[in-house]
Amino acid sequence: MEAASKVLHAIYTDDDVLMSAVKKVKAAKHQIEEIYTPFPVHGLDRAMGLAPTRIAITAFLYGLVGLTVAIIMMNFIMIEDWPQNIGGKPSFSYIENMPAFVPIMFELTVFFAAHLMVITFYLRSRMWPFKNAENPDPRTTDDHFLMEIPVNGNQEELESLLKETGAVEINLIDKAH
Amino acid sequence: MYTFSNKLKTFSIILMVLGVLGVGYGFMTSHKSFEEVETLLAEEAHHGGGHAEEATHEVANTHDTHGEEAHGEVNDHKKHVEHVQHQIANRPWSALYVAAFFFMMIGLGVLAFYAIQIASQAGWSPVLFRVMEAITAYVLPGALIVLLIAVASGTIGHYNLFVWMDPDVVAHDKLIQGKSGWLSITGFTIRGLVFIAGWSLYRHFARKFSIAQDTAEDTSNFKKSFRIAAGFLVFFIYTESMMSWDWIMSVDPHWFSTLFGWYVFASMFVSGITVIALITIYLKSRNYLEFVNENHLHDVAKFMFAMSIFWTYLWFSQFMLIWYSNIPEEVTYFVSRFNDYKLPFLGMVVLNFVFPILMLMNADYKRIPWFVVMTGLVILFGHYVDIFNMIMPATVGDRWFIGIPEIGSILLFAGLFIFVVFTALTKAPLLVKGYPLIKESEQFHY
Repeated sequence: MEAASKVLHAIYTDDDVLMSAVKKVKAAKHQIEEIYTPFPVHGLDRAMGLAPTRIAITAFLYGLVGLTVAIIMMNFIMIEDWPQNIGGKPSFSYIENMPAFVPIMFELTVFFAAHLMVITFYLRSRMWPFKNAENPDPRTTDDHFLMEIPVNGNQEELESLLKETGAVEINLIDKAH
Repeated sequence: MYTFSNKLKTFSIILMVLGVLGVGYGFMTSHKSFEEVETLLAEEAHHGGGHAEEATHEVANTHDTHGEEAHGEVNDHKKHVEHVQHQIANRPWSALYVAAFFFMMIGLGVLAFYAIQIASQAGWSPVLFRVMEAITAYVLPGALIVLLIAVASGTIGHYNLFVWMDPDVVAHDKLIQGKSGWLSITGFTIRGLVFIAGWSLYRHFARKFSIAQDTAEDTSNFKKSFRIAAGFLVFFIYTESMMSWDWIMSVDPHWFSTLFGWYVFASMFVSGITVIALITIYLKSRNYLEFVNENHLHDVAKFMFAMSIFWTYLWFSQFMLIWYSNIPEEVTYFVSRFNDYKLPFLGMVVLNFVFPILMLMNADYKRIPWFVVMTGLVILFGHYVDIFNMIMPATVGDRWFIGIPEIGSILLFAGLFIFVVFTALTKAPLLVKGYPLIKESEQFHY
């Protein structure tokens, strides 16, 4: 992968121009390595052809885990381990006393689903407190959009294509340090 | 413009005819004489079915009071038979009332939904306004029928729905006497008429402004519509609450619950939204709504999903608070439901909560018409059972069954509902014009 160590950074100043640029680059069958934007651009993932996220599916499964934890925990504590008579509540079986457990079952389902999903998101997107920011150009956090395209010996052709799409700036970056 | 196909018109008329036959059959077979009920009870005791307990109880009673109070025992027996006789006579009335209320509440739920869409200036729903307006055409006839059945049960009938209408009962009941300031037939009728007048007036003017906006040059009709929608929503939340006390909660005049009005509202709201989805999908499949796409369906299905959960939240809150504190005067409501209505009472939680939450959670499934139709039919059946559970335990007790009187009543009002709603659909173009948010709605994309 020697050749891919060189990339082109095309910088745009408008999200609409960026969107049409993405479509043109995709139509010309060039690979887009990465796009940096200061805010979510609606429909950009679809234009880039990114696969849809599966994080909702993980959240559903985490919720089921939370529900199971709540049921097993309360069944053990309240029914099996020490089935005390507390204010006349029927602790003979789980189902008989279930309405009293529902608030906790609900809350733990939500708790597990929400927190584990967030942690999954952090892991998958590699975010943690002391992480070094991967920011090729500080302006992309303010008002510029940056498209990164690997160069495979077709630098001139790529540059002219990107110029055509309305890039305000095109830089060649050597990533191999 | 929509044309009411002859097939559908015939279908609705067949439903109504079958329904009338079923309801007639129900009334014909519910007048049992004292002796008939006596032999029926003796047979049941003999077979040892649901009444085995009562039978043994009676035997034990005979031994204890042998000789001394043979007179009182005969009296008890007479009372028991008369009680059952009354329950059997109540069944066709209750079946009719449950079905009438169920279809009325669909219309009313849609009316509230429509007003919310206008008052909140929703950008996605204007393409569905004409469908909603057509469904709300059922509010006036439907609500009048419900009120008529309620009043008739206390005047023509033998107090078959509301025991507080029976002066004999009230004379011996301190609790109902204390509530007689609210629970009187005159007050009940007047309040009912005021509710219906308010709802129908809003419906009338909202429809009028909506049609006027189609050809208007400016947006003055839209503004008027917005204002009356906001006013109606205030009126609605008060009257809906009172309506639920009057028309449903007062079948159990010894019992009360503070969140009952909300609970009934959740039921009518989710059924109404489901019917919007079903009729929209039907019309779309007949190519009448080419401007409606799967994104609109997705939004309606999201409402079905969320409101199903909202209903469950209220159902559970009401149940759990009463179960937890277990105060005898409140808990009898759920004791009678739990003992005699276990399958419908717990079954409706599966139908109204577990099923929709699993079916409609996935975003892709909410965009598939047949999926939404299937879930919608289950939700509608679940909410019929919900109303059934509210009315029946108070009127027929353990003598319930979903048989010819119940199904006949459903068919009758389903036919009437289809007839009224689809007739109303033919009265105006299916797409509103000149509504300020219509462009956004047509291009709505989720």
